[in-house]
Amino acid sequence: MSGDAMIEGYARALFEVARAEGTLDEVEDELFRFARSYESSDSLRNALTDEHIPAEKRQAIVEDLLGGKTTTTTIQLVSMVVGSGRSRDIPAIVDSLVARASSAKQLDVAEVRTAVELTDDQRARLKAALENATGKSINLKTIVDPSVVGGVVATIGDTVIDDTVRTRIEQLKSRL
Amino acid sequence: MSLFTAATLAAGRLLPGAEEIPFDDKGYTTINPILPPWKELIPGSLASIIVFSLLYWKAGPIIKKSMKDRTARIQKELDDAAGAKTDAEAEASRIRQAQGDIESERARLYSEADVQAEAVLADGRVRLAAEIAELEARAEADIASAAGRGSDELRAEIAKHSGVAVDAIVRDTLDAAAQQELIENFIARVGASQGVAS
Repeated sequence: MSGDAMIEGYARALFEVARAEGTLDEVEDELFRFARSYESSDSLRNALTDEHIPAEKRQAIVEDLLGGKTTTTTIQLVSMVVGSGRSRDIPAIVDSLVARASSAKQLDVAEVRTAVELTDDQRARLKAALENATGKSINLKTIVDPSVVGGVVATIGDTVIDDTVRTRIEQLKSRL
Repeated sequence: MSLFTAATLAAGRLLPGAEEIPFDDKGYTTINPILPPWKELIPGSLASIIVFSLLYWKAGPIIKKSMKDRTARIQKELDDAAGAKTDAEAEASRIRQAQGDIESERARLYSEADVQAEAVLADGRVRLAAEIAELEARAEADIASAAGRGSDELRAEIAKHSGVAVDAIVRDTLDAAAQQELIENFIARVGASQGVAS
């Protein structure tokens, strides 16, 4: 089985489990946040991919990290992926899961990065604004990314709406 | 004593009556100082004729031959001298001609040398002018390059420090209110636009 097919297989399995549990939206959102945290944290990535650490220990790390913060389904699904030695593929599996979930709901995924956490009201208004701008139904996924410094960057498919301070600083540096 | 006198005396001794020489009372001889006595004149003349005939007969051819040879030798020497003179004149003519040739050759060489020197000088001037122009152009290019490089380095240095300064200032300036304002501005701007992605 190729890497892509394996990732698709895991994504489909996670999707079916979450849907069967009736917590698809919540699990999808929690998994998305966990995947982004995994990408941005070297220590977490090293801990979950270290072959010298037994799988049980790595699963315990996941449970300690997510326990009390996410649903049980999310913890179990992440533990299952880590226990099967697929920690490196967590971001790809989750992205595939999100795409599959959005497709099932006939939504387009909008990945929004901000320097600070958005309020629920801001999320709702941003979702509405993006739907208005693109003419699509949006599955909004927000990520707190300090590297953007300030402002917002939204990625919907191939479209990028960038109004971040980081980009402006880069443009200014380029002009200088 | 002349040959005639000797011959006369010899003939007188040989001929009879030769001792009969008249003297006067004072003891001086009466013999003619110019003409000898007949007794001496005849035999003396005969003896002279005989001697001269013998000389002519025996020594004449030798003398003639000697004179002829001498004449021939002198003529030969004259001919040789004439030939030598002719040769010398020819040699002199050749030398004069060669000298003339040398003069013309020298003049030609001088002329060629002058032409070549002029050509070398002109070529050198042209090459020198070209080299000077090239050096000037290169120097100007180097100066411009150095100025540009210095300017670029300065610009890059300013940009680097400016970037760091801008980064620091912006991060310090962006408080929570500013962050919220940026987010609200984004939502308002995106919400106001349509057809961003179709």
